[in-house]
Amino acid sequence: MSERSVRTTRLPQIPAVPLAIGIGILIGGLLVLASGGDPIAAYREILIGALAPANWPNTLNWAVPLVGMTLVAALPLRGGMVNLGGDGQLVIGGLVAALAALYLPLPGPLLITASILCAMIASGLYASLAAWGETRFGIPMLISTLLLSYPAIGVASYLVGFPLRDMATGLAQTRMIPDAARLPVISGPLNIGLILMIVVAIAVVFYDRRTVGGYELRMRGLNAKFAGYGGVRLASQQVRVMFASGAIAGLVGAILVLGSLYRYQDGALLTPGYTWSGLMAALLAGGAPLGAIAAGLFFAGLQTGGFAMQRETAIPRVLTMVLQAVIILFLAIRHGVGRKSS
Amino acid sequence: MSLMSFITPSLVNSAVQSITPILLAALAGTLCGRVGVFNMAMEGQLLVGAFAAVVGSYATGSALGGVLFAIVFTVLFSLILAYGATWFKGDPVVICIGMNLLASGLTAYLLRQMFGVSGTFSDPAIVGLSKIRIDAINTIPWIGWIFSRQTAITWLAWILTAAVTIMMFRTPVGLRLRGVGEDASAAGTMGIDVLRYRVATVLFAGGLTGLGGAQLSLGTVSIFSEDMSAGRGWIAVVAVMLGRNHPLWAALACVLFGVADALSVRLQSQGLPNQLTDIVPYVVTLLALALSHRKRLKRRAAETLTAHA
Repeated sequence: MSERSVRTTRLPQIPAVPLAIGIGILIGGLLVLASGGDPIAAYREILIGALAPANWPNTLNWAVPLVGMTLVAALPLRGGMVNLGGDGQLVIGGLVAALAALYLPLPGPLLITASILCAMIASGLYASLAAWGETRFGIPMLISTLLLSYPAIGVASYLVGFPLRDMATGLAQTRMIPDAARLPVISGPLNIGLILMIVVAIAVVFYDRRTVGGYELRMRGLNAKFAGYGGVRLASQQVRVMFASGAIAGLVGAILVLGSLYRYQDGALLTPGYTWSGLMAALLAGGAPLGAIAAGLFFAGLQTGGFAMQRETAIPRVLTMVLQAVIILFLAIRHGVGRKSS
Repeated sequence: MSLMSFITPSLVNSAVQSITPILLAALAGTLCGRVGVFNMAMEGQLLVGAFAAVVGSYATGSALGGVLFAIVFTVLFSLILAYGATWFKGDPVVICIGMNLLASGLTAYLLRQMFGVSGTFSDPAIVGLSKIRIDAINTIPWIGWIFSRQTAITWLAWILTAAVTIMMFRTPVGLRLRGVGEDASAAGTMGIDVLRYRVATVLFAGGLTGLGGAQLSLGTVSIFSEDMSAGRGWIAVVAVMLGRNHPLWAALACVLFGVADALSVRLQSQGLPNQLTDIVPYVVTLLALALSHRKRLKRRAAETLTAHA
């Protein structure tokens, strides 16, 4: 039993992925058929909605937070750790960014930088709290990350519902942030957040492939005991990795608030479900950053395509969530085939 | 304000009701844990149960039909974990994450396609579970509120807790079941069909959680809303951890959660905003986890010291 409780997440490998996607599409199609829809039309609309050149900005705009949350999940996963608390970290980042933008007396670019940094630090600290709980008290991070989300979401919801509420509107949201704090627009819906996310993605890939820290993290993922024996300080590594993971979630929250919402709105960061899609994308790639980014882009396309499908064929776009879950389940189950029994 | 005016009989009544789904899910979790299949898909299983119960009740016009639907469909849903984590040797953590998301997506999709609504589905045709009135004690203060006016599922949940405990620790089947979890290869050598025990246990546990789902959607409100399990399955996972796979200790942890939940309801009626009172159960759960693990660490440290001496 003690052997099993020290669980390293075993992850699927890439060659199985196309097959899993095929199975997902097949099962999703059957589901559409069973509920009286036309699967071919549904998938055609998804493809057009995601890939037609006119829709690229939308897909990219959806991909920024989704790929961000994919990295949030992928980074700890590389070391065999699971961060299920992306929602809470995302909310903290968004709220802190909004508050910093509203209340810090700083000029333009400095204000943006400060807001983003505050958001990243706040979320990073919150995420590392779970890591600290595991290293210090032995509370499994798998569950504590998730449980910590609820207080974060609740308190944020209270703050914008009461003390920080914008009294001019009837909704639970903060005031609009000043123009100076808004992320510069590149074109259409795209803003500087896209470039920030590309930089972060490159940094994560570089960290994973070219740094000692990245190597140690992969070692941990392969065999935590061995890594510890080889001199990796597991406890501090765990806290550091979770801080980085949370900080990326904070960045995503900041980009959404400073780049497209221009205020913190209760629930607005969570309803799109970036956290869970990101987690599934990270699982799809087994935590490998490049693969995870590709999977995140794939899921982003699937979801923006889902909007088009819902508009054109009246098939609900939650179908895309079913597809994602089926793909992950198939991979998880198939990957275990032939594995030696534990 | 005195304690007695703070805790009212109806509050205790609603606390007992709110414990039921979590208790059944936690019971399922301990069973799975005992055969060595880590189950954290209860959040999704409760959701599937809740949805199937509403569909069944709506379609058959009887609450019993709803309960049967809930059990059957949650057992079917649990096949993924039952075979995925055993026969196919997939990672239970990944499978459970996938199952929770599948449950969330699938119920939302079917809700829109079958009933044409999103968010919440309520309809007079959904027959809720009736409360069992026990005339003999109904009028007794407190006792009447706690023991009367409860659904059959609530009664069943506590009876099942006792039954599972006895089965687990006092019967040959229970012994084998625990053996499978403690050392599968040794159990196999003794002639126990490990796979069959694991699959059967996970499926039975699925049925329990489905029952909990039925209580969730038909017990008090007779509606289905998207993601209405709202973290209860996760609380059950914690209860299993706190109780270290022992049904009675897990049940105690569920009661703790019920008290915290009742407290949050009460604080809300005192005028505190629900955004803050809603987090009380989760904070209590986290604190309980921290305290229990801290104690365990100390014990482990003491053991290591004596081992080295």
